[in-house]
Amino acid sequence: MRTFGFPEFLFILEAAKWTVALSLIAFIGGAIGGLLVALGRTSENRLAQLAAGGFIQIFQGTPLLLQLFLVFFGAPVLGFDINPWVAAGVALILNSSAFLGEIWRGCIQAIPAGQVEAAHALSLSYVSRMRFVVLPQALKIALAPTVGYLVQIIKGTSLAAIIGFTEITRAGQIINNATFQPLMVFSVVAAIYFFLCWPLSLLAAYMERRQAAALAR
Amino acid sequence: MNYTFQFDAVFAAWPLLLKGTWNTIELSLLAMLLGLAVAIVCAWGKTAGPKPLRFVINAYIELIRNTPFLVQLFFFFFALPSLGLRWSAHTAALTALVINLGAYATEIIRAGIESIPKGQIEAGLALNLKRHEIFRFVILKPALKAIYPALSSQFILLMLSSAVVSAISADDLTSVAANLQSQTFRSFEIYIVVAGIYLLLALAFSALFRLIYKASLNYPDRR
Repeated sequence: MRTFGFPEFLFILEAAKWTVALSLIAFIGGAIGGLLVALGRTSENRLAQLAAGGFIQIFQGTPLLLQLFLVFFGAPVLGFDINPWVAAGVALILNSSAFLGEIWRGCIQAIPAGQVEAAHALSLSYVSRMRFVVLPQALKIALAPTVGYLVQIIKGTSLAAIIGFTEITRAGQIINNATFQPLMVFSVVAAIYFFLCWPLSLLAAYMERRQAAALAR
Repeated sequence: MNYTFQFDAVFAAWPLLLKGTWNTIELSLLAMLLGLAVAIVCAWGKTAGPKPLRFVINAYIELIRNTPFLVQLFFFFFALPSLGLRWSAHTAALTALVINLGAYATEIIRAGIESIPKGQIEAGLALNLKRHEIFRFVILKPALKAIYPALSSQFILLMLSSAVVSAISADDLTSVAANLQSQTFRSFEIYIVVAGIYLLLALAFSALFRLIYKASLNYPDRR
């Protein structure tokens, strides 16, 4: 039987790059989707509002694990060839689109109505109104909660282990099955996640404090 | 797409699904109550306790909030038994959920406690209320009212993340779905139905939380 040593530690640590890669995919895809969702929710078009609202309700009202299963088991049914990589990526993108969309909707709505009215008065089109007036200001408020949500994404990628994607958690399970030293293995796994997430949490808290101080002025 | 959906096998198993749904409700409700208790104690410790206690509570919160629930679950189910602790998947799952929720809810309640104006506490002192009375009536209740929306959405997130306990085969709704899936191979149909049940549960819980708010916290604010 193997014992937990440096090569085993390296195996888990190396899997961290897949966790990071999956998190980045989920974040970038989720940012694009989330922007569409947030714009849909805040638009004056009833249909867009309903579609975005329904999307959020479905993805915030069901477990991420089930969303992962639905993509993983559903895609072959719909005729797509799929592997754990793609399934995990798609499910995480859809999920983060809903959550980021809801966070950013709040940020867009926090922009004073007078700003939008002024843009209207200047007869700016929807695109310029959003691009030059609303979104740049919303971005400033959105930064701290978005960094905070990044932590949720990184933690969410651990569920990909359940469908067989080898990231940190799955690598831990593999090593645990070979060494039977669960205490050691899962402490290391937890520690790696902690060192990925903690700096981001601290950064988010720092940004939030700075912003609160700026608003208090 | 040439696939015929067959929901018969799923609906034929409705007693199992019902049992699984009930298990998920029970597990979540228990975790919410115990997690809330943990959070209230920790929030008190963090705002009023001695320094070493604050340090311990902070470490607990940061550790839990910066690691995935699945890893915490594996830790409780696989790692702790290797230290000699024997417990069932169900108990391990409940413990992991309580400890996880406790950390998130502590931060939420702490924010509520810190939003209570100092004058209100001084008024409590002036009325000669005891320390625990001040905490309970003057600090905790208005604090809970202030952070009620955040707390209830955290509770619903907990109910949804309880699906993860199926990874250690604790008996919840998702475990039932996984078992059915391996018996009938109707995985897509099963997960659609089960996702629908979770959606209904989320809506039901948020209706329940609105009712609780109306029944116990819906008094006028003087601000």
